[in-house]
Amino acid sequence: MIRALLLAIALGMAASNSAQAAIAIVPVTSPGGISAWLSEEHTIPILTIEASFLGGPALDAAGHEGTTALMADLLDEGAGGLDAQGFATALEDVAAGIRFAASPDDIRVSATMLSGTRDRVTELLRLALTEPRFDAEAVERLRAQTLAGIAQRDAEPQAEANLVFFAQAFPDHPYGRPTEGTAASVAAITAEDLRAAHTAALTREHLRIAVVGDITPGELGPLLDRVFGALPATGPSLPLVALPQLSGKTTVIDADTPQSVVIFGNAGIPIGDPDFIPAMLVNTVLGGGSLATRLGEEMRVKRGLTYGVNTGLASGQFGALYLGAFSSSNAHIAEAIGILRAEWRRMAGEGLSDAELAAAKRYLTGEFPLRFDGSGDIAEQLINLQLAGVDPDYVNRRSGLIEAVTAAEAARVARRLVQPAALTLVIAGRPQGIAPASALSR
Amino acid sequence: MRHVLSALALSLALGPAPSPAAEPGLHGFALANGLAVVVIEDHRAPAVTQMLWYRVGSADDPAGQSGMAHFLEHLMFKATGRLADGELDRIVEENGGSFEAFTATDQTAFGERIAADRLDLVMGMEADRMVNLAPSEASLRAERAVVVEQRRQVLDGTPDGAFDERLRAALYPDSPDGRSTIGSEAEIAGFSRAAAMAFYRAHYAPNTAILVVAGDVGTDAVRRMAEAHFGPIPPVPLAPRPARPEERRHPGTPPIEVRDARVPVPQLTRVYLAPARRAGDQTEAAALVVLADLLGAERVTSVMARALAGADGVALAAEASYSDLGFELYLVPKPGVDGGAAEAALDAMIARFLEDGPDPQEIERIRGRVRASEIYRLDDVASRAHRVGEALTSGLTLADVEAWPDVLAAVTVADVRAAAADVLGSGAFVTGWLLPTAPAPGGPSQ
Repeated sequence: MIRALLLAIALGMAASNSAQAAIAIVPVTSPGGISAWLSEEHTIPILTIEASFLGGPALDAAGHEGTTALMADLLDEGAGGLDAQGFATALEDVAAGIRFAASPDDIRVSATMLSGTRDRVTELLRLALTEPRFDAEAVERLRAQTLAGIAQRDAEPQAEANLVFFAQAFPDHPYGRPTEGTAASVAAITAEDLRAAHTAALTREHLRIAVVGDITPGELGPLLDRVFGALPATGPSLPLVALPQLSGKTTVIDADTPQSVVIFGNAGIPIGDPDFIPAMLVNTVLGGGSLATRLGEEMRVKRGLTYGVNTGLASGQFGALYLGAFSSSNAHIAEAIGILRAEWRRMAGEGLSDAELAAAKRYLTGEFPLRFDGSGDIAEQLINLQLAGVDPDYVNRRSGLIEAVTAAEAARVARRLVQPAALTLVIAGRPQGIAPASALSR
Repeated sequence: MRHVLSALALSLALGPAPSPAAEPGLHGFALANGLAVVVIEDHRAPAVTQMLWYRVGSADDPAGQSGMAHFLEHLMFKATGRLADGELDRIVEENGGSFEAFTATDQTAFGERIAADRLDLVMGMEADRMVNLAPSEASLRAERAVVVEQRRQVLDGTPDGAFDERLRAALYPDSPDGRSTIGSEAEIAGFSRAAAMAFYRAHYAPNTAILVVAGDVGTDAVRRMAEAHFGPIPPVPLAPRPARPEERRHPGTPPIEVRDARVPVPQLTRVYLAPARRAGDQTEAAALVVLADLLGAERVTSVMARALAGADGVALAAEASYSDLGFELYLVPKPGVDGGAAEAALDAMIARFLEDGPDPQEIERIRGRVRASEIYRLDDVASRAHRVGEALTSGLTLADVEAWPDVLAAVTVADVRAAAADVLGSGAFVTGWLLPTAPAPGGPSQ
């Protein structure tokens, strides 16, 4: 679930902007009707293909969490006539990389190759997407790795606090369940489950593609059909977008640690909402980014209550939160939370000063271009922008949209985003002076 | 069989050498005051990396002032006439950018990565601190304490730090290359403001520096900006570069040994003196890059892994690398294996390799891999700025930088064999053992 937060913060960044040269993005549609965004660049003979299959682990039924994530991890562990070792060697022989990863929202695919190896590497990519083997050896090896990861997660108070927060915010929704599964759900996954998850998750209906590098639109079309054309056209319907259920209660998870970890938040701003850009500015001033923030100043700099406090717009495809986290010694946690609540009230009441608004604009317009750092990063941004539902030229208009936000608009969005009465907290530790609405023991 | 096929596949994939554009977008020029400027144009994203490299490093530390070059690196973030202490880094961060600074034997470098429309802002600040540095007595004293603390953390705080410092000193006795960059604590504590400012005035000037700008900017725009910001700064008389001893071959250097409770298992590091890339003559260095990969890249098929780290070998890990320090072999003996026996097995492996020479098919495969990585690294514009700046402050030219990928691609079996004989057959090496505190069964036998 920390990944959910990270993903959404990345999306938040994708919604800010650049200034200097235009980032040229050309939409390409293949003869077979498959679409991609292309950023063409021939000075360096390399090619990156990034794809997202929307849905991903959010398609897992309750009790079957982790099936899609394990399936995604297994795609490059043997396909067609190649076993896991054979597939790895085939990639190494052409100095190429293919990776698959599941986020709470989607399955991400990333392939990087030298131009001259394009046919060979895209054939390997096609094999992995359409003919994965799910060999018993690979399944058991990765199942063991996943279970080890889950055991480690379950031993960490912060991870548990995250899970509890998301379970409260999204009851009876995939976001309320762990992407990578539970020990019981992962132990129960069968090869048939994996094949079913493969058929359900990798469909052309929910596919988005970004291509960066040494290829022309004319060359790209047939390539798209060859790699993705054999996938099923449609699959199961995606989860509905959920409104977070956060009523402002405080939950304490008992954990025998000197420091308490606090996860806090409100409902967020959905992707595509016109208030998203003003909300980014509000977040930058309150607790986001790497700048001096109000929460950082009051909690860390002035009082030394924590090493760091951060907030972010965690806007996923199927639900949005405004989330934050910090840790503090058990003795100081009550004071720290008091300051957090005071800053929440102050932001909701006052909004941003003109100087704060200007600083946040300077930061957000300056930070964004650095996200496009090399082919892999550019491709990832192009996918994030597609998932945010914007058009290719949006990337070049965003600076203007940020600059146009007024203090009044920021204040209005601050009142919507920052809701003191609904501020919900999950604390893992043995905090002193906290009266929780509910207490859980580990 | 698979190896032969794949080597062939890779060379077909890469096409015939030379590669299409070894360093696309690379341009160089100089200002009248001697500032060298290199532009690496890359217009894929509206961001730039600016680096200012000074031809000064720990090799230039005055006698009795070890660590002065590194101390200046820290002082460069202090007040100028225009900026307050720490203001430059704050402005960069407020603009969403990041910054870096580092000191090596022959260079000190400062860099910023920032949105392309803010290049003028950071270039102005970089030019300002080239000539207007004016740290207060108090902030200089505070920074001295910071550096002393850094020294304790890096060198005295980790066993690796202390080990590397001793290895370097043993490998390069009586040479600036053998000194630690950070300096000795006693000498750092004695730095005066007058001494620091004298060092600054002697070494920080347009004619000791190389400006590298990489990213979404045109060469003409960089020229105009550089003229405006750096053009008015006068050059200084160039101080002579520190002398390096001509003869560096010193067979028979006794091994060094560092014991520390934090070391988990005994580790052997042997460093051979090895030539660096030389202007107009990079063949041996290129052969050493291939040799390091062949002998001990991190994979189970390397010569060292097969000879030493297999099921019946003496080592848990066996690796080789080639850096500015020299040509390095690294070995972790298996538990219960005597250190002397592990070293003898290493020596036997080297003798066998020098006798038999490299496997030509393996060399072909590695050349393909090295050429592939030379292409992939072009994707990272900040790392390109690093490589160019490092090369130009190490006595190489832009022509050497542009030729390097082709020199790598042209390495022959005979080149690798000759380089191995020259370096591994020289006897000019230092062996170091990093050991747990309690003498373990796996330690050296002497």
